[in-house]
Amino acid sequence: MADILEVKDLVKHYGDFQAVKGVSFNIAEGEIFSLLGPNGAGKTTTISMLSTLYTPTSGDATIDGHSVTKEPMAVRGVIGVVPQDLALYEDLTARENLVFWGQMYGLSGKSLTARVDEVLAQIGLTDKAGNRVKTYSGGMKRRVNIGVGLLHKPKLLFMDEPTVGIDPQSRRAILDTVKDLNQQGMTVLYTTHYMEEAEELSDRVGIIDHGELIAIGTQKELTRQVGESETLVLHVGENDDSESLASALGGVAGVIKAEATDHEVSVICPEAEDVLAGVVTKANERGIKIRSIDIREPNLEAVFLHLTGRALRD
Amino acid sequence: MLKTFLIGLKDVRLAFRDRAALIFMLAAPFVLTLGLGLVTGRFSGNGGSGLSDIPVVIVNLDDGQIGQSLVDTFQSADLADLVEPTLGSDPEVARRLIDEDQAAAAIIIPAGFTRSIIPQQTDYTATGSAPEAVQIEVYANPQRPTSAGVIKAIVDEFLSRVEEGRLGGEVSILQMLVSGRITVQQAEAAGAAMGQRLQGQPASDALAIQINSSAQGGAAVPFDALAYIAPGMALMFLMYTVSYGGRSILAERSQGTLPRLLVSPTSSMQILGGKVFGIFLTGVAQMLILIVASSLIFQLKWGDALGVLLLVLAAVFAATGWGMLITATARTTAQVANTGSAIMLIFGALGGSFISLEQMPLPVQMVSKITPNAWALDGFTTLGLGGTLIDLVQPIMALLVMGTVLFAVSVVLFGKKDLAQK
Repeated sequence: MADILEVKDLVKHYGDFQAVKGVSFNIAEGEIFSLLGPNGAGKTTTISMLSTLYTPTSGDATIDGHSVTKEPMAVRGVIGVVPQDLALYEDLTARENLVFWGQMYGLSGKSLTARVDEVLAQIGLTDKAGNRVKTYSGGMKRRVNIGVGLLHKPKLLFMDEPTVGIDPQSRRAILDTVKDLNQQGMTVLYTTHYMEEAEELSDRVGIIDHGELIAIGTQKELTRQVGESETLVLHVGENDDSESLASALGGVAGVIKAEATDHEVSVICPEAEDVLAGVVTKANERGIKIRSIDIREPNLEAVFLHLTGRALRD
Repeated sequence: MLKTFLIGLKDVRLAFRDRAALIFMLAAPFVLTLGLGLVTGRFSGNGGSGLSDIPVVIVNLDDGQIGQSLVDTFQSADLADLVEPTLGSDPEVARRLIDEDQAAAAIIIPAGFTRSIIPQQTDYTATGSAPEAVQIEVYANPQRPTSAGVIKAIVDEFLSRVEEGRLGGEVSILQMLVSGRITVQQAEAAGAAMGQRLQGQPASDALAIQINSSAQGGAAVPFDALAYIAPGMALMFLMYTVSYGGRSILAERSQGTLPRLLVSPTSSMQILGGKVFGIFLTGVAQMLILIVASSLIFQLKWGDALGVLLLVLAAVFAATGWGMLITATARTTAQVANTGSAIMLIFGALGGSFISLEQMPLPVQMVSKITPNAWALDGFTTLGLGGTLIDLVQPIMALLVMGTVLFAVSVVLFGKKDLAQK
């Protein structure tokens, strides 16, 4: 498959602050590519530059052969954007919103009406299309927000954290919609800070942190970077000092790395069973009661921890 | 162009679905018009004029014919419905009646008033100088500004006619004297004759509160207070509408719809043009709804329909320019709202929505020219009194120039604004 998106040394400065520091990557047609990173990593700024909203400080990108800096109007015709925050007119109905945005993408007449009906069916809101958006639940609004991005059947769809702040049911519906769209041939650039979403959806993942793309590849390629390591997750009490336990566990034989987050300590090791006894002993020595232990196979969380020394949710 | 139109239509639809906005755009001006109409007696049931039976006290201390002519004017049949004059003899008593709110105004015609305008030979001093001028006093009741304003207008018009006649006579006789066509003795005789005619003239003329409308064959058009109040209120709340529209630009930026528009294949100029068009359309719709409603409910005659339409378009154009300027200089929607509310009230007061501009000091009248309210109200009053399109050239041109200048400044300021950043 040919690349539909080619990003080269994209940089964005806000005064002295460097939001994006020379990001480069490609996306092939028909791919779902996820940009995974914590809040403030530069995901939204990157998407904003690629969608022509912000002008890059330097660097460029081409989408379907059009430069985002030199041919922004041509780029806008082939992309769809689902912004992180809802961008709808709440005093209009779902149908009125879709009709208006369809008109902004050049649709009109019967083709507009037909397309609006299709999208309403796709997002499951045909029955409630005549209700004003402000009367919808958060999940329903999210679905309309996505529907707007699909109206003109874009070749490349940017979805910026579309599941933030919604209930599990709506989240599931959105993830299924993304998969459906991809099966219909749409290329998707999806940003998230939820590792599970990136793992479920993506053909390839780019891990971004502090404005830098620190790793890119398929999930297998990325987890290979942390070797065959497993992650032992210790759940400790609210009043226990997880930081000191993590520090102590660093000296246990077989432990590659140990990091503390809220009431958990993540321990990366080649074989969890080999270090388990030593870990429990260290906890007992410090009077820390381990409430439960999870053993996790290598995943993107471990990759992020391995690459940055921090958990993804930090 | 189509997208600009569609964005504008969308904004009109949103504005008319916003209940709070509707209260300010339509309900508030309507209720205030109703309230002020009740205060001025417009709805007291006399059918024609909004003002009727205005109580006025006249104290005539003049022993000449001009003073008596002014009294006759107020007692004439033409003004019988409008004013209810009472004759008095003591200025202090008359002023006290006003202070006690028993009448709208007192007119005190001083002794020697006629002779100060048309001196007799015996009035000249030994040095040949004319006797000192004396002035009529109109003691107005501040609690009845509109009624008092009507009384003052009648007196002003009467005096201006007297003054016109006197000056015209003086100039004619002087020119004939200088050119040698008449002798000094003839000039004195002619002056005396003109004085006699002038003294008998004013009361027979058309009255101050009426203007002759060429469109209605010279028939007198009655003054309707509502023809001043209703456009005054509509124009004041038009300023709310344009600031509301301007606020929507910044609101769209913060709620994400503006960035979303900016990543669609729609240019910045189309978007900004659409927003401006939306404000303009909303303002026009608001004005037309108020005009139609007041015509149907209050039986208010706004005047020449084409003139009203063109004046509405020009007024909304200028007001939209102010709305854009407020938005272009503000950073947040709250700033636009606060500035817009302040401007609405200031322009309302300056532009004559509360008190007639004619009753304001000259400097205020000068400053009022920066407001669309003043120019448009001038036009609406002219139309309400029977004026035609020709009479609207000046206010419409002023409004168009104002709007154009404000738009030009706003476009420059918007060019420096980052509309993409929330």
